Amino acid sequence: MSEPSSPNPRQPPAERPLPASLRRNAPLVPVESAGGRALAAVIAILTFLAALCAGGAELVAASSAQWQSAVSREITIQVRPQAQRSIEADIEQAVSLARRAPGVEEVQTFSKAESERLLEPWLGTGLDFSDLPVPRLIVIKLQEGTQPDFSGLRQALREKVPTASLDDHALWLTRLSTMANTVIVVGLVLVILVLVAASLAVTFATRGAMAGNREVVDVLHFVGANDDYIAREFQRRFFRLGLRGSAMGAGAALIVTIILGMLTRSWRASPAGDQLEALFGSFSIGWRGYATVILIALIVAFITAAISRLTVRRFLNEAG
Amino acid sequence: MQRVKALYENEFDQGLAPAVHFENVGVRYGMGPEVLRDLTFSIEPRSFQFLTGPSGAGKTTLLRLILLSVRPTRGLVSLFGQDVSKISKDGLTALRRRMGVVFQDFRLLDHLTTYENVALPLRVQGKEEASYRAEVVELLRWVGLGDRMHVLPPVLSGGEKQRAAIARALIVRPDLLLADEPTGNVDPSLARRLLRLFIELNRLGTSVVIATHDFSLMDQLNVRRLVLGDGHLHIDA
Ligand SMILES: Nc1ncnc2c1ncn2[C@@H]1O[C@H](COP(=O)(O)OP(=O)(O)OP(=O)(O)O)[C@@H](O)[C@H]1O
Ligand SMILES: [Mg+2]
Repeated sequence: MSEPSSPNPRQPPAERPLPASLRRNAPLVPVESAGGRALAAVIAILTFLAALCAGGAELVAASSAQWQSAVSREITIQVRPQAQRSIEADIEQAVSLARRAPGVEEVQTFSKAESERLLEPWLGTGLDFSDLPVPRLIVIKLQEGTQPDFSGLRQALREKVPTASLDDHALWLTRLSTMANTVIVVGLVLVILVLVAASLAVTFATRGAMAGNREVVDVLHFVGANDDYIAREFQRRFFRLGLRGSAMGAGAALIVTIILGMLTRSWRASPAGDQLEALFGSFSIGWRGYATVILIALIVAFITAAISRLTVRRFLNEAG
Repeated sequence: MQRVKALYENEFDQGLAPAVHFENVGVRYGMGPEVLRDLTFSIEPRSFQFLTGPSGAGKTTLLRLILLSVRPTRGLVSLFGQDVSKISKDGLTALRRRMGVVFQDFRLLDHLTTYENVALPLRVQGKEEASYRAEVVELLRWVGLGDRMHVLPPVLSGGEKQRAAIARALIVRPDLLLADEPTGNVDPSLARRLLRLFIELNRLGTSVVIATHDFSLMDQLNVRRLVLGDGHLHIDA
């Protein structure tokens, strides 16, 4: 070993070439331990659950909006037969009143035969309906995007066609939307609970990591790192862990969704599939569903970073 | 009092305040006996001194008092003209950036390479890696660790760890260097070489305090000796 002429560190001499890559960019705080992996797993599971809850809530929200717009675009007038009145005349009168109401796109009358066919599932085929007072339906399709006021039509019908009654499905719609809203609120509450659980897990993991890295933190202090710097280092590690965990969880949630979508598609041929689809719409979540899952993953990662930073700051302040 | 303070501040501005000033300082660990008693001394800027005394006399404790990792139970400690009893966290960080330390037990970070350990004080100040790479490499070569740069501390020998610890303390060219037994694990010729490094640093303006009980090392230099014994300090000029 030949001694350099001067140890003067102020003037780095350039005679010898520097090693190509000195930079390893190793993290200053080692969190990549078994504890770190366990935390990533916990975060993955919690993200998975949160994403499924949020995705489910989104599914219900989307389906119920779809039903509501379909259902509320249709109202029906029911005309009951009455011995003293001609039902055909009543229907004609009701139809002409309906045509004059605002926001109406199309008025369609069910003929006697069609009305009877509607009853078949309940009464069986081959019955002679001629003796039965089968009510007749007039289906009114509304223009898209309109929310017309039917009190005028209702009033007119009551005066001119007392055997007719208007059903705008309002009661059914309120019940439907109440139920859907309840499901959505429950889903959101579950998401929040899962996020709180994730925060707690991160808090404990951070405190554990800090206690395990006491020596490292001390040395960082001695070489002139301030609390902010140390907190940032921990935060960066935990953000990566959180991002990895939440990406795994979100990925699993997306895969489950896709598999469920494929299963429902194969069920669709069966009668059970029809009912499922009637209830949930087709299972394939739209872009909003995927966006929700990705958003949840990002939220979890950011919560992980923020909570770990907060915990580190508090830990450093307690330590004096 | 007001005048003394003004004088201190004035001196501090001119870099003339003592790097370290102790007045009647005493310290005890927990409820134990006082390890150090009635210490009154100063370490002047650009000065060079040894701190010596038998094992257990309190050399490490005295250095920890200066590092503010142990607080005095009584008395007054000031660093670079600043009373440390009411210092803020930011102030503490600023003070530590003016000091370099070589710990008796090295305290290298085991998950970082030798190079990264030595560069650590610069890295935590937020400096760009490219801006200090050449400097770090040169210092590593000077202490004879040129081919051990990419190795993790656990595989270094005791003497190599010691040299890495010294390099880490020197890299920021501190105003005050505290070295606890910096030559305890190296052969006499390397010890002389490291001593020359400290002298060179001192020439560039750093106050140096070397704690040691190695008389052959101290005999190489005719400088002030702070001798600890029975909790008291006396100074051999
Ligand atoms: N953390 C501690 N808690 C309690 N007592 C301590 C602690 N550190 C040191 N001591 C005691 O303080 C006294 C001085 O210790 P110190 O480490 O300062 O001695 P030293 O001069 O550095 O010794 P050496 O030359 O062996 O390194 C010793 O009696 C020791 O037992
Ligand atoms: Mg000691």
